[in-house]
Amino acid sequence: MSYFVNVTLTGLTQGMIYAAFALALVLIWRSTRIVNFAQGSMAAATTFIALALVQAGWSYWLALVVALASGFVLGAIIERVIIRPVEGGNELNAVIVALGLFVALQAGIAIVFGSSFQSFPAPFGLEGFSVGDRRIALTPNGIYIIGAVIVTMLLLVALFRFTRVGLAMRASAFSQEVSRLLGVKVGGMLTLGWGLAAVVGSLAGLLIAGGGFVYPAYMDSLIVFGFVAAIIGGLDSPVGAIVGGLILGLALSYISGYAPRGSSLVTISALVILMVVLLVRPGGLFSSTTARRA
Amino acid sequence: MSDLQSPAPSAGQVTEDAPTVATAAANAPSAAASTGRSLLPQSTLLRHLVLLLLGAVAAVVLLEITDPFTNSQLATLSYYAIAAGGLTVLTGMNGQISLGHGALMAVGAYTTALLLQEPADALPLPLILLISVVTTTAVGALVGVAAARLHGPYLAGATLALAVGLPGLAVYFHDQLGGEQGLRVRAPRAPESFESFIDLVSGASASSTKWLAYVGAICLLITYFLLANLVRSRIGRTWRAVRDQDVAAELAGINLGAWRVLAFVVSAAAAGLAGGVLALVVRLAAPSGFTLVLSLSLLTAIVIGGLGSLLGALLGSALLVFLPPFVTDLGTGSGLSSTEAAQLAPFVYGVVLIVAMIFAPAGFVGTIRMRWLTQKAKRSAGRAAPADSSRG
Repeated sequence: MSYFVNVTLTGLTQGMIYAAFALALVLIWRSTRIVNFAQGSMAAATTFIALALVQAGWSYWLALVVALASGFVLGAIIERVIIRPVEGGNELNAVIVALGLFVALQAGIAIVFGSSFQSFPAPFGLEGFSVGDRRIALTPNGIYIIGAVIVTMLLLVALFRFTRVGLAMRASAFSQEVSRLLGVKVGGMLTLGWGLAAVVGSLAGLLIAGGGFVYPAYMDSLIVFGFVAAIIGGLDSPVGAIVGGLILGLALSYISGYAPRGSSLVTISALVILMVVLLVRPGGLFSSTTARRA
Repeated sequence: MSDLQSPAPSAGQVTEDAPTVATAAANAPSAAASTGRSLLPQSTLLRHLVLLLLGAVAAVVLLEITDPFTNSQLATLSYYAIAAGGLTVLTGMNGQISLGHGALMAVGAYTTALLLQEPADALPLPLILLISVVTTTAVGALVGVAAARLHGPYLAGATLALAVGLPGLAVYFHDQLGGEQGLRVRAPRAPESFESFIDLVSGASASSTKWLAYVGAICLLITYFLLANLVRSRIGRTWRAVRDQDVAAELAGINLGAWRVLAFVVSAAAAGLAGGVLALVVRLAAPSGFTLVLSLSLLTAIVIGGLGSLLGALLGSALLVFLPPFVTDLGTGSGLSSTEAAQLAPFVYGVVLIVAMIFAPAGFVGTIRMRWLTQKAKRSAGRAAPADSSRG
């Protein structure tokens, strides 16, 4: 029983990170109809910036803020310079540009920061809490991860619901032409949307790095998990992304915990889950669209 | 690719519809077929047979005048080009993107490696490669059935998951597939006839590197001959119809799903053969050889060369082989350490992918062909205009 609880807790913590990453993908998909395959590399870049600052003696929190800010700038610049020319065009071209960005950023990180494994600090302890005389798999760092993701989501909800900028962003995602007629600067909103998505993606990268090792390709599997989580949720729905992330986190944790040699089956099970979801409900579990999307 | 029901939201400004035009240009009948002024025969099959023969002669000359190191580079080129040829048929002809071709190559490579574990030459090499192709085709059919229902970013994401996930199976089946270390491949010995052939042609020593380069070249020529015929046939035309106007194609009685699966299967077969040749040339089948970067490199090759063009796939693969040493030298020359310089090649791939997609989405072959077609249209327009005025 306690093993089951531990596996579940691990799954929830991991699921929160997948949810944050899926949310970043969904934010970009809603505004520009592009799946940002470069999200993982962008997050890895900001994580390495944070690591360089921590190694230079900065506190974790200051490095976190700088990394998130640089994530925003990176996302905004990428949207303006690289993505703008292919927006609204052939969807294959946008996918290829995103993949080019993915490869170039990852190699760029390796050139600047080196490609060796480096340990990344965790802001809180990695020892599980004790309940009675048993140790459970919920760590202070795990609580920090869950809390950070929930706070970020609440902030995003507040931004979209209660501010004029959020309204303008929702309007330009809904219909660019109408928004432009009503005086919304759609281009600026798209840039802002990419910036925000990059902040959320960077946060996911920093959270998963905490207490572990980072190397330029450490986000490769997370981009797959984030994508699968976003698809489970339907790519269009932020709530769906969060639920999808949690479902995926739990499913993968159970597979890893109960199947023999399960840890090497995790990525392939993500593929199987993705396939089943796409074949049964191509629009994802939470899609409200009637048009064929997949 | 063109989605009639749901027009994509246009952002900023309306982008010109260059890609469709561009791929159309890349797929236009070659100069020989349309003008009739060429020396090549009119019949498609005969023309391709002549090209096959020319290619074979060129391959022998190229392999005999170059040193062993270049020979091994050309062997590498052959498996990249085989896989890229299959991918360009899938992506360029039928509009389905696949990031999973690295994983399909892994299937072919592991099959070849497993069959070569047998002591002594149990099976002849062509049979081993054929079995690899069949196995990969079966896996490709499975993936293709799922892929036929997806498009654009969904397909990209699903095949991305395949590329990241499938090599993990080698770790799971540790005892059979060798885990992270992978399977060593004992390269089969060259037959006696090959030695006498080399002796006849150049008198050079028939090393095993050279033999493998020849195996790669033969596989490459056969694959491209078959693919070129396929593309110019009824099947190729149907694929293009499915790509360009899926609704119109369906109304014309084309079963979209079946044709998409067929494209994936053909493409997977090429990837399987490429994987088999890779296992022979590298002499190792290990998960580290089939990373996501391999799949993305193949995509780079076909995008730079020009989507849908076999010549473009070949040129793009040549870039994959000959660019990295050049760039790495440049990097170490300007003071980077060797590990940093090794990352310069993927960096350049990525940048080139972005730049090519923004400025020349037709790729190398497509851009040149488009220029040529516009020139020709202008010339014929110039000729037609005076004729009209004289008549009027």
